Amino acid sequence: MRHTISVLVENEFGVLSRVAGLFSGRGYNIDCLSVAETLDPSVSRITLVTTGDDTVLAQITKQLNKLVSIIRVSDFKDTEHVERELVLIKVTADERTRGEVMNIVSIFRGKVVDVSAHSYIVEITGNQEKIAAILQLLKPLGIVEIVRTGRVAMFRGARTLAGGGTDEKENVA
Amino acid sequence: MQTNGAGLIVRLLERQGITTIPGIPGGASLPLYDALHGSAIRHVLARHEQGAGFIAQGMARATGVPAVCLGTSGPGATNLLTAIADAKLDSIPLVAITGQVPRAMMGTDAFQEIDTYGLTIPITKHNYLVSSARELLHVIPEAFRIATSDRPGPVVIDVPKDVQLEAITVDAWPEPGRADPATDCTSADVLGAVALLEDARRPVLLIGAGVIAAGASDLVRRLAERGSIPVAATLLGLGAMPAHHPLFLGMVGMHAARATNLILEECDLLVGLGIRFDDRATGKAAEFCPHARILHVDVDASELGKIKTPTLGIQADVGAALRAFMAQINPRPRPAWSARVAELRAAHRLAMPGADDTCRPYGLVRAVAALAGDDVIVTSDVGQHQMWVAQAFPFTRPRQWLTSGGLGTMGFGLPAAIGAALACPDRRVVCFTGDGSLLMNIQELATAAEEKVRVTVILLDNAHLGLVRQQQELFYGGRFHASRFVAAPDFAAIARGFGVEAYDLATASRPAAVLAHALETPGPCLVRVPIAAEANVYPMVRPGGPNREMIDRDAPVSRATASDDTENGGDDARPTP
Repeated sequence: MRHTISVLVENEFGVLSRVAGLFSGRGYNIDCLSVAETLDPSVSRITLVTTGDDTVLAQITKQLNKLVSIIRVSDFKDTEHVERELVLIKVTADERTRGEVMNIVSIFRGKVVDVSAHSYIVEITGNQEKIAAILQLLKPLGIVEIVRTGRVAMFRGARTLAGGGTDEKENVA
Repeated sequence: MQTNGAGLIVRLLERQGITTIPGIPGGASLPLYDALHGSAIRHVLARHEQGAGFIAQGMARATGVPAVCLGTSGPGATNLLTAIADAKLDSIPLVAITGQVPRAMMGTDAFQEIDTYGLTIPITKHNYLVSSARELLHVIPEAFRIATSDRPGPVVIDVPKDVQLEAITVDAWPEPGRADPATDCTSADVLGAVALLEDARRPVLLIGAGVIAAGASDLVRRLAERGSIPVAATLLGLGAMPAHHPLFLGMVGMHAARATNLILEECDLLVGLGIRFDDRATGKAAEFCPHARILHVDVDASELGKIKTPTLGIQADVGAALRAFMAQINPRPRPAWSARVAELRAAHRLAMPGADDTCRPYGLVRAVAALAGDDVIVTSDVGQHQMWVAQAFPFTRPRQWLTSGGLGTMGFGLPAAIGAALACPDRRVVCFTGDGSLLMNIQELATAAEEKVRVTVILLDNAHLGLVRQQQELFYGGRFHASRFVAAPDFAAIARGFGVEAYDLATASRPAAVLAHALETPGPCLVRVPIAAEANVYPMVRPGGPNREMIDRDAPVSRATASDDTENGGDDARPTP
């Protein structure tokens, strides 16, 4: 089962190690990860996606809650939320394929952010399905390289990770 | 006050009430030692940092008060790791302070540089790499608060040498770090728990280290008496209920009396208090207490549902929870259950062959118990001797029994005994050990001699890694490998060489008299007792097997082969009972 987990942490060295260690210590891979500071520069937000057994994930979430440097933990599983990821795609674009690439990019409301004689860099933002779909369409045209930011997630409505709305700890208990 | 980082640490430790610190100095901790030079704190010079860590653990385990140990950078820190990890698994409040190379040299593979912070993340409750002297003003008190709050545990503070030397003026001192207030349980939890207890016809209390950490031993006894509920203990829960109490069933699990495991098999409510359902206690977890609803109280939320899904899990201090339960529980006899428990106990007592012979395991443990009295503190190492003591020693109070449960660290016993003796100078400390275990920290005999501690080491010498040998006999077709020590050291001579009095019961005409004399020696003393290599600990549940299937002394059939050991996958290469 795939889980998207967000963690609010003290913005200090070593915190990422503590969080990552809870996964590696159980033989769980982190599929993707993004970290950056929040509105409050003393607090960072980690969003990670992992695949694993619900019981083990519940245990990891509880262990995360025990870490001194952790402020909030939330598993987005079974919640109303928005997920997005940004991907840069370097795609072959010569006279033959340029038009088709442009078509696809515009259908997906992406942007071409770099143009050279033989390639474009396409910027695309979306959820997993959208990104998977555009990658599938561009692949036959010649994808040279991609880079993904990792997923970010946010609750829908008034609820916030920091504690607005319902208490997200109950989701993981 | 004008001082430097090192002086600040020492002053903060003094304010914290620390009076004794075991450790070993080195280049990166010399400023700290310079500051200790002018302090009232007594430094106990261990002979290996692991010894220092376990001496501190012995102090903390015997008192419940957090203890401090010191190590230098690099090997000083890596040598401490085992003692820190041991404290993590057994929830012992320990504050380890390590020297680190100066910040400007960090990351350059400087002499004796190691990433102590990175190494200790997974084995501590929390850790710090201090980057300025001023930070120490909040780090030191916070370390003590964290080490003692809720579920206790170890904290590491890594202090670079330049931070130790950094000048600082202190205008106001922080309050010493103290444990946070105990976590209470909700009234809904209390109602639920009381309903479960009142509904139960065959309840059992299973108590663990959490009861001792919470100081809730008396409450356990009162709850048991009020509800006529028998009480079993985990290895680390021994002592929380007096062994002679009629409701006490002894230790549960791999080497329990058969009756104890069978009573748990039949119970309809298991009340787990401060326990974590360790595999050595539960056997095959899925078949543990198969007919029981489970009421689990633990201060650590992550323990609730980790191994067994409770009917009701309560995250609270065990003491707070029991007080709340007691207010609502009426006295209740349970004659049918009491009779059934008595019947099982009569039919499946723990057999203790040789209980009258001072030179055989059970007889030795019983003789030491009789001679040493209730005031004694007992430590053990890890292996067969540990299980014999757990089975046979009549513990009467919490913090009387100090043993490495979770990590199962051979080498724990002697330094832990030194620590207990330093913390409780009015008590005698007995360390039961084996020849394999003693060799793992035997250098601490020098520390014991230097500090003249009242430690009596009872060495059960079978010239084997006995529990490894036992498992090879029972589960690996008797293919003994690497479990026998061919060279047999003369332990009595070695002890004397360290300046420790020593006796060998192999050559004693009156062993009981020698033992009595050894237990009255004012300073450290070692008694070597030869034990037959074939002496096994029974009964025994095979690793990964259900607790009801116990192998007995009379029929030690190889019912299980290594390939049956599916759950633990042959994880028992070292004796971890």
